[in-house]
Amino acid sequence: MSVTAPPRAPGTPPVRSGRTLRVGPVSASLRWREVALPVVGFAALVLVSAVSMGRGDFPIGVPDVLRTLVGLGEGPQEFIVLELRAPRVVVGVLVGLALGVAGALFQTFARNPLASPDTLGLTTGASAGAVAAIVLTGDTATGAVLGGLGIPTAALLGAAVAGLLLFALAWRAGLDGYRLVLVGIALWSVGNALIDWLLTRAEIYDATSAYVWITGSLNSRTWDHAVPLAIALAVLVPLALAASRVLAALQFGDDTARGLGVRLAGAQTAVVLLAVGLVAFAVSAAGPVTFVALVVPQIAVRLTRGSRPPLLASGLLGALLVVSADLVTRTVLPQALPVGILTAVIGAPYLLWLLVRGRRRSTL
Amino acid sequence: MTIETELVPAATATARVRLAAEHVRLAYDERVVVDDLDLELTEGSFTAIVGPNGCGKSTLLRALGRLLRPTSGQVLLDGRAIARTPTREVAKVLGLLPQTPVAPEGLTVGDLVARGRHPHQSWLRQWSRDDEAVVTEALTWTDMADLADRPVDALSGGQRQRAWISMALAQGTDLLLLDEPTTYLDLSHQIDVLELVGRLHAERGRTVVVVLHDLNLAARYAQRLVAMKDGALVASGSPAEVLTEQLLADVFDLEARVVPDPVTGTPMVVPVRRLR
Repeated sequence: MSVTAPPRAPGTPPVRSGRTLRVGPVSASLRWREVALPVVGFAALVLVSAVSMGRGDFPIGVPDVLRTLVGLGEGPQEFIVLELRAPRVVVGVLVGLALGVAGALFQTFARNPLASPDTLGLTTGASAGAVAAIVLTGDTATGAVLGGLGIPTAALLGAAVAGLLLFALAWRAGLDGYRLVLVGIALWSVGNALIDWLLTRAEIYDATSAYVWITGSLNSRTWDHAVPLAIALAVLVPLALAASRVLAALQFGDDTARGLGVRLAGAQTAVVLLAVGLVAFAVSAAGPVTFVALVVPQIAVRLTRGSRPPLLASGLLGALLVVSADLVTRTVLPQALPVGILTAVIGAPYLLWLLVRGRRRSTL
Repeated sequence: MTIETELVPAATATARVRLAAEHVRLAYDERVVVDDLDLELTEGSFTAIVGPNGCGKSTLLRALGRLLRPTSGQVLLDGRAIARTPTREVAKVLGLLPQTPVAPEGLTVGDLVARGRHPHQSWLRQWSRDDEAVVTEALTWTDMADLADRPVDALSGGQRQRAWISMALAQGTDLLLLDEPTTYLDLSHQIDVLELVGRLHAERGRTVVVVLHDLNLAARYAQRLVAMKDGALVASGSPAEVLTEQLLADVFDLEARVVPDPVTGTPMVVPVRRLR
């Protein structure tokens, strides 16, 4: 095939919707919105996080918080910011990031905006694991084992089991997005039935703490919660970003993707396992902060006006949503609510507004 | 209107076999659709696979394009088993257009056609000068350059099919498999799409295999017809050899007259009535 471009007639639109970027062997076509949204999202995230770390019984200004974060803080401020308040905010950032990226992976893969860790039964699996660990402790031998693991590990196991079941039951000579969603919904209801059963036989005190857990909360999170999550994300997020080129081909449907040279089974397995891993670690750290993975990729795709949810921007917006919701629950509301309630209250109307305003249909 | 296919000399007996099915048996789960089928497709040929609904022609095309793995027998691409060739290597030689391809909402024509470069790209090299040149050329050649910034979902059916063919062209493959590319199109757009495919064959030297329903159009544009019935290959040869009144009765249960097409002289089927 010839590689010399024929002269384009004047008035012919550019080939790609993005600007061409070429540096040495690296080349890409980038649209400015795809670059601007992560940048703006990151800046907003830093600002909201700093505000959040400054609010509390001992208020600290944003400049002082930022100074402390880069290592220039002093005495009590350093202790308050780094030891008392930062872990909570950092867990919020990481959880939002993981859920946003996982939601974008699922929705692109399933070509269905309803595919999210919530509807696919993954967060329900995690909740079932955590509730079992809370409720069954001291009750039975299995309960003792679960209790000994600790709630985060039990939740991680619950999400992993749900993820493997989802994968095994939906796999039929490959993964079909539609089948994945149907199997996920079935798992979701089984998980909920299990949680209800556990709650009905729980002591009232256990039931209350289990209930707070399954709404998703950042209360009393420490570096012990943040560190495993950070390590998991340091591995999984770069892998997800590396998969974005394959994801772009998977979007066209199985036949076209294979025609373009994508190893379908391997690519599907990788995408689903990455998303399951992100969700499992996020949920184990903060409980099922609902709606983030469902709503954020849809918001991101509308803001970038692209053809699929952008991975990095979805992650950053997810982090922004969780941290903002946490800030609101702690400061504005008269009584501190679990963050999971607020993410739904903030996220859902914004998505509805975008849906009403946009001309896009509701599909991906 | 010129019929481009006439410009091409008929494939000679010595032409190299590019794609071949050897004793393939194709099945969905337990249901066998095609059994023990042999077919050879030579360099530079234009073949149309015809047959009644459910005869296995699309299934055969899927197997030729390595979308369906034979339960026995094999498909050979340039003499090498396609199932054991890395799929990315195959994608540089063989392009395919599924029956109803789906484009993500909001994707522009230019970005769709650019996706055809996927097998030639890497994570770092996603839009090289070569890619841009090839895609620009594919858009211009298929007369889609003016629509490059339009969303694919805003196009008419005929334009959309042109966009997908443009993407297949940008993939830069010698072989091109098309599954009923004229489905859902009105007659003038059917002609438009087949003219384009004919030009891909005549001007760009592509080896083309197409599954078609319309026998008269198949006879016009293809050099070779392959007729299938109940998962078996019934006849193969030039349109004049294959499209006989006897074959139409045997394969399509159709009583028909076959007369010369007044425009091209290729056989033209005039149906009389359905038999049985």
